Amino acid sequence: MSQLSAMNRKLKQTVAETISKHVEHFNKTEIECLIRKFTGLLGEPAAPGRAVTGLDRGKFRSILHNFFGMTDDMIMDGVFRTFDKDNDGLVSMKEWIEGLSVFLRGTLDEKIKYCFHVYDLNGDNYISKEEMFHMLKNSLIRQPTEEDPDEGIKDLVEITLKKMDHDHDGRLSFLDFEKAVKEENLLLEAFGTCLPDTTSTDLFEQHVFQEQLEQ
Amino acid sequence: MGVSLTKAAQWTSCGSGKLELTPMNESLLKEILCFVEKLGFQHPQEAELVFEAPLQWSTTLVASDFKTDYDIRDLEVQSHEKDSEGHPLLQLSPPTVWVRSFSQLSKLVHFADYKKLEEVRACLQGKHLFNIVFNHPFVRLDPTTVKNDIELLKRFCSEGEKRVLKSVRYTSDYEFENGCRAPLWRQLHSEICYLVIEPCDTDELYITCSTTGVFINGGIKHEGAESGYERTSEMYKDLVTLLKSQSPYFAENIKKQDFAVQELPSTQRIQHVESVDMEEQGQPQRSYEQHEKNVHDKARQQHTLNKASGEKKYEPCPRWRNHGLMSPSWYVIIPYKMCPEISSSKMKAEFSVCSIPGSLSSHKIKTPAGAMPVELSSESSLESEEEEEQSECRPENNIDLPSEYWQIQKLVKYLKGGDQTATVLTLCAMMDFNLMQETCQLAIRDVGGLEVLINLLDTDEVKCKIGSLKILRKISHNVQIRQTIVDMGGLQSIVKILDSPVKDLRALAAETIANVARFRRARRTVRQYGGIKKLVKLLDCVPNLANLTETKEKDVEVARCGTLALWSCSKSTKNKEAIHKAGGIPLLGRLLKSQHENMLIPVVGTLQECASEESYRIAIQTEGMIKDLVKNLSSDNDELQMHCASAIFKCAEDKQTRDLVRKYKGLHPLVSLLQKVNNKQLLAAATGAIWKCSISVENVAKFQEYKALETLIGLLTDQPEEVLVNVVGALGEFAQIPASKAIIHKSGGIKSLVNLLAGTNQALLVNVTKAVGAYATDKANMLIIDQLDGVRLVWSLLKNPSADVQSSAAWALCPCIENAKDGGEMVRSLVGGLELIVNLLKSTNNEVLASICAAIAKIAKDKENLAVLTDHGVIPLLGKLTNTTDDRLRCYLAEAIGHCCMWGSNRKSFGEAGAVAPLVRYLKSKDSTVHQSTAMALYQLSKDPNNCITMHEKGVVKPLIHIMGSNEEMLQEAAAGCIRNIRLLALANRKARLFY
Repeated sequence: MSQLSAMNRKLKQTVAETISKHVEHFNKTEIECLIRKFTGLLGEPAAPGRAVTGLDRGKFRSILHNFFGMTDDMIMDGVFRTFDKDNDGLVSMKEWIEGLSVFLRGTLDEKIKYCFHVYDLNGDNYISKEEMFHMLKNSLIRQPTEEDPDEGIKDLVEITLKKMDHDHDGRLSFLDFEKAVKEENLLLEAFGTCLPDTTSTDLFEQHVFQEQLEQ
Repeated sequence: MGVSLTKAAQWTSCGSGKLELTPMNESLLKEILCFVEKLGFQHPQEAELVFEAPLQWSTTLVASDFKTDYDIRDLEVQSHEKDSEGHPLLQLSPPTVWVRSFSQLSKLVHFADYKKLEEVRACLQGKHLFNIVFNHPFVRLDPTTVKNDIELLKRFCSEGEKRVLKSVRYTSDYEFENGCRAPLWRQLHSEICYLVIEPCDTDELYITCSTTGVFINGGIKHEGAESGYERTSEMYKDLVTLLKSQSPYFAENIKKQDFAVQELPSTQRIQHVESVDMEEQGQPQRSYEQHEKNVHDKARQQHTLNKASGEKKYEPCPRWRNHGLMSPSWYVIIPYKMCPEISSSKMKAEFSVCSIPGSLSSHKIKTPAGAMPVELSSESSLESEEEEEQSECRPENNIDLPSEYWQIQKLVKYLKGGDQTATVLTLCAMMDFNLMQETCQLAIRDVGGLEVLINLLDTDEVKCKIGSLKILRKISHNVQIRQTIVDMGGLQSIVKILDSPVKDLRALAAETIANVARFRRARRTVRQYGGIKKLVKLLDCVPNLANLTETKEKDVEVARCGTLALWSCSKSTKNKEAIHKAGGIPLLGRLLKSQHENMLIPVVGTLQECASEESYRIAIQTEGMIKDLVKNLSSDNDELQMHCASAIFKCAEDKQTRDLVRKYKGLHPLVSLLQKVNNKQLLAAATGAIWKCSISVENVAKFQEYKALETLIGLLTDQPEEVLVNVVGALGEFAQIPASKAIIHKSGGIKSLVNLLAGTNQALLVNVTKAVGAYATDKANMLIIDQLDGVRLVWSLLKNPSADVQSSAAWALCPCIENAKDGGEMVRSLVGGLELIVNLLKSTNNEVLASICAAIAKIAKDKENLAVLTDHGVIPLLGKLTNTTDDRLRCYLAEAIGHCCMWGSNRKSFGEAGAVAPLVRYLKSKDSTVHQSTAMALYQLSKDPNNCITMHEKGVVKPLIHIMGSNEEMLQEAAAGCIRNIRLLALANRKARLFY
């Protein structure tokens, strides 16, 4: 057993080394911790013999919920989609670390790309009016007495589009989004919280980097 | 009568305009009927009046019911009586009847006989009889009045003791152009809007406001309700009356509001208003209202006259209006005691209300927004750059509101009903408005946005807080917004955010405080909530690292915003102390090393503001800040230069500071600043610094090298007083160097100085007289002063009410008299001058007394003038002063006494006035200049034997012998002379005893 874990450790270090070469915001030790956390989260394979290579949507969503207090299904799916770069339905170790690099410590530019991707629900590189409506539809208290209870949301979409759609094509391209966010940083998470706040970031990092080192 | 009838009539709920068959209505109808029947006999003339439009209803009468005086054709009937246009006054075309006068109505009722009650009822239902009959004498509520009432009630919803209601809200946010909020189909039923009011003690009330009054409805909770429009209570004339009857708590507490204003202590400020009789209602401030709704106004006016004759209406004092002080607000805040009319009159709360025109123009409301003026009172404006707290007039008519208003109203609705994401989006959209524009600023407030923005500050959502502050920091440039933020308790929340771990939030909060803390109450609030300490904490950063990382750069930005806030706060003395206590001075000193103007300006701004306190002046010197201040004098930013110069101006009262300015080569840059003649603030600061620095004679020598004097003389004309005061002050100090006197003579400066003697600014006059005196020590200059009649001008300044001016003028007279070609003659030529001088000996100001004594000493050198002084009673007045313990006064007093001895029996008179014994005591003073003048005086007085006896009794010999040992020859001689006289008297005495 101890032999196995020793081998494991060796393996982990090598992987960490490789990954650290193209991940910006973590050092090697931190990456090792993240790997350990990843394997921990992965748990024992459900069926022996069939190696589990990544976190599935359900597991990933429960992480987002438990650690970062996210509740919006649509946004959580978007985050999962953004982490799962190869689109295989699983967040691999590499995707996990690369994703967290932006998620926890990304620069503004990285975060703009990330958020845009989260909000681009159908992956067509545009945030359309329909997508906005979809993401904002629960953001206003509906007035049941109004003729069209969605009127407020529709109006909000129009207001947002007016502010962000610089090329006036009725949808947000990445350039539109980037420009708007650079002008007003508050628009980064315009269509829903998809990044952790500082408190939960700190807690998570503390949890992963410090407590795990102590083990 | 019309009022009560309309109110009381109970209409059926279905809205079809039918009168219910209730006993109440029954009796009302009878009353009306009786009225109609009698009118024909009792007031025949009035009964003949022709209606504008005919009454029309379906009658049960037929042609056969009509008798003579009527044309009857088949079923149709027409009266013989016709109006001026030939229309019959009664016309029947079954089943409809038209009636155009009371007499015809009266006849018709008569014909109807037993059916007359039916006819009146039908008539009422056909067209509101009252409206025509009584020519609109009712309380007709209109949307504006209702709206104002509601605004007023909303103010009672504020938290705290003054809270009278929990909440007041409309059911609909949409307002039609006519000011109504009821749906169009309900407007047809004269309904204006629906309200949900939550009193403190009962359940929510659902209220309908209609043009005929207000009542409780069946429960209309929100816009577009299908039902609930029926009336479930009696009809009330206005909201306040309704609430009084429904909520005992409201009734009780609204009375207190009534009296709130009466209890103002006399030092508090209140709005200045005077009572104006009702008849004077064409006031300019009401004019727009009258254009808008002439009819209503007229009706209301009549109503008021009927209902409450003698009720007064309070209008802003017309006096102020004439002075253009009325705008932008309708009244001026002046101290209470300046307004005796108010303290003596029996006004209660009314006057505090009427200041907002329109909003309270309805006389029906006697309960004002009483609480407000109490809060903004007890503010003294002793501090610099004080901003007046003021109320303002809100635009009453919402017809002309700009489109921004509606857009902002919509956004505020989303803010209220949105989650974090929607809120942030909405805030960003709001930022796109021109928030520096008053329309937008006030729109945000008026639609309740300010409240929401402030509420957001207490949430945990960082982004919402950032967005809210980004808007608040802009709109808080508006005076009224600032005050509302403080009134709503928003400043506390902003102060709290200064502790936030998020740097952006700290910076934004500080920046907002910098705007809000422009008036005293706000500054006090910041201090009371620990804001000064928190702001000082923000300053802790290193401003000058070679390459700042992004986080360090943010720290510097936070510090900059913190300094901006402290700068605003530092206008209150207590805040200056608080900044000092919190350790702000060394931190400011560190920031002073910054290279960036946007940092330096608030830092130096704060320092110069605080330099009014001595503790700061010392700290600025000991913390080594003079060097940096001097360095920044050479900045190329005018504002920064100005603050630096002004800090030096205040600090250079201290000699060490003056030396430091020279040491760090600050004198030359100061002189260079004199070239910026177009920037008067800068010029005032620079000349001030030069003035104070030139108190040290070493500095004057340096200034002379830079040709400062010549430049300053050029600034004696065409400058504002704040510059002139400093320029002249400097000129006075420059006279310490003899060369200056020649320069000023050559460059014609004396003439400019003498011209300034005719001014009225007291600070300037003090400095001008001082300078004139300083240059009068030069004979050539004195000649010019005399030629220009300068002495007369200085002399007449003795009549100035300011003691400072009096003494400064008297001091200036001394060298003038001494150096004039014929001083005695010159003094004599000033009619009444000597009497004036003697009378000033009755002053209570020691400095004035000292200066006058000095002048008397100079005047008395001329025997003729001394005789006049004596005639004016100078001796007993001087004698009376001898008991003083002020050494400065003693010195000049003794000198004056010494010189006044030279005439007639003055020596004896001084003895009789009891002046000798106190003078002996002067010899015990520690001040050697006192000894000198006292010894001279005693020598003169000792020429009278009685004085010698007094002196001897008081033990003068011993101290005089001591003084004889002085190095000063004059002193030695005087003391010796005095002792000699005493001795001679003693010898003579002995001789006399021996030989007689």
